[in-house]
Amino acid sequence: MLKQTGGLDAMFQALADPSRRSMVERLTRGSASVSELAEPLDMSMPAVMQHLAVLEASGIVRTSKIGRVRSCQLEPAALTAAEQWMSQQRLVWEQRLDRLGAMLAAEQEKNR
Amino acid sequence: MTERSVVHSSFTLEREYSVPPDRVFAGFATREAKEKWFGDPAFPPSTWDFDFREGGREYSSGEFHGQNSTFDAVYHDIVDNARIVFSYTMYFGDQKLSASLQSLEFIATDRGTRLVLVEHGAYLDGNDKPGLREEGTRGLLEQLAAAIEG
Repeated sequence: MLKQTGGLDAMFQALADPSRRSMVERLTRGSASVSELAEPLDMSMPAVMQHLAVLEASGIVRTSKIGRVRSCQLEPAALTAAEQWMSQQRLVWEQRLDRLGAMLAAEQEKNR
Repeated sequence: MTERSVVHSSFTLEREYSVPPDRVFAGFATREAKEKWFGDPAFPPSTWDFDFREGGREYSSGEFHGQNSTFDAVYHDIVDNARIVFSYTMYFGDQKLSASLQSLEFIATDRGTRLVLVEHGAYLDGNDKPGLREEGTRGLLEQLAAAIEG
């Protein structure tokens, strides 16, 4: 079993927001300062900090202060490649079952 | 750095469908029905062998986000309109990513059918290449977005 199922739930919740996802996506390309993370987002700095706090609490992102700059990076231990793959497989099956449902509904409609 | 590790995990998915179990089961039992929903419509497989019987193999392979993705399954238990148990391995390029055991139960209800999917898996990251990891993160985020935003 996963050592931290609650952690995975918090992670999914943290990733359920498009702004936070875009921040994480940016960080997959390397560490960034808070202002670099904020740049493509159309929101105030306090809002960016709030999103960052959610990501940090979920364990996805780690921040550290270097001089006057707060640097953000993905927490490598947060989601191992295997855990990512597991989550991805789960979503693949979620989508499959939804497509199956759509197909069954379409068949039912046709036979009506 | 190559780090060998394995994560053991399981997940359960449930769906209610408004048709009886034999209709839902049929979606898994024939190639014609299964090809309508199983694959990602954006990435149709280039090879698909489908042998739906106990001991039979299902093998599907095709390009997925720039690499070859392979699903290789063996059916272990088939009870018509009631249950399917199979195991499968997934490859991305030449990397083996997981080996899983999955059961599907088709339960008749007043409304139609409750489908219960349970998967137990060994998820491997012994071949974790940075490129794949980045691709994996992006793929996961995209799928999460699609799943959440419907």
